[in-house]
Amino acid sequence: MVAQNIAFGVIATIMVFGALRVVTVKNVVHAALWLVLVLAGLAAQYILLTAEFVAVTQVLVYIGAVMVLFLFGTMLTRAQIGHEKELNNSNWYIGIPVAALLFGVMTFALISSFGNEKLPNDGAVVSTQEISDQIFGPYLLPFWALSFVLLAAVIGAIVLARKD
Amino acid sequence: MLVNQFLILGAVLFCIGVYGVIARRNAVMVLMSIELILNSVNLNFLAFALRNGSVDGHVFALYIIVVAAAEVGVGLALVLLVYRNRKSIALDELSEMKG
Repeated sequence: MVAQNIAFGVIATIMVFGALRVVTVKNVVHAALWLVLVLAGLAAQYILLTAEFVAVTQVLVYIGAVMVLFLFGTMLTRAQIGHEKELNNSNWYIGIPVAALLFGVMTFALISSFGNEKLPNDGAVVSTQEISDQIFGPYLLPFWALSFVLLAAVIGAIVLARKD
Repeated sequence: MLVNQFLILGAVLFCIGVYGVIARRNAVMVLMSIELILNSVNLNFLAFALRNGSVDGHVFALYIIVVAAAEVGVGLALVLLVYRNRKSIALDELSEMKG
């Protein structure tokens, strides 16, 4: 269990640093690359949480597809690849107290409700079969709705981005 | 491993994402911050799935990944449209959208 805690600490430190860089760095492409680091760290945390299928999906969908979309978006909007001065709002500092207050409230609530509760150590790795039994069993209706959401998103993106 | 270490990591990522949404002016950067928020929620779902010994959290984490992918697709198409009409994607210049 010590090894898992050390792994958690190392990955969590890297992730928090990367996330801070995403919201502070002055270059859109660099922000996208820092976001890749955060998403890869999240995939590693999912493996620590015995969620291998979700971890692999995270790598495929986020690091594979969503990042390519972001880089294309950056390129097509010509959002000054390279240094950009006006990346923040003029009143950006309002975000700091909002985020700090939110973090304080959430941390207080989490510590007072979960305290030192431990995760089960013998958690078996959740197999893909179990997940698919859930998706195509009790959660079939949301799955169906989600396919329509994806279809609508694809058609909507084409309609919006078309030239004429 | 404690439950709280994962939940608090999720809270940290969520708050950083909220700060990014408030502070950033570039629409693509705001979309990246929204990705941070959605991913922190996924971390919470999986932590609770392990705590309760249930598979439901995994299913919802996958559903959130799908919704996030759709959101990025539509969001970037919108950003592209705004850029095409205005030659800029600075969000504070879109004030005439008040209606």
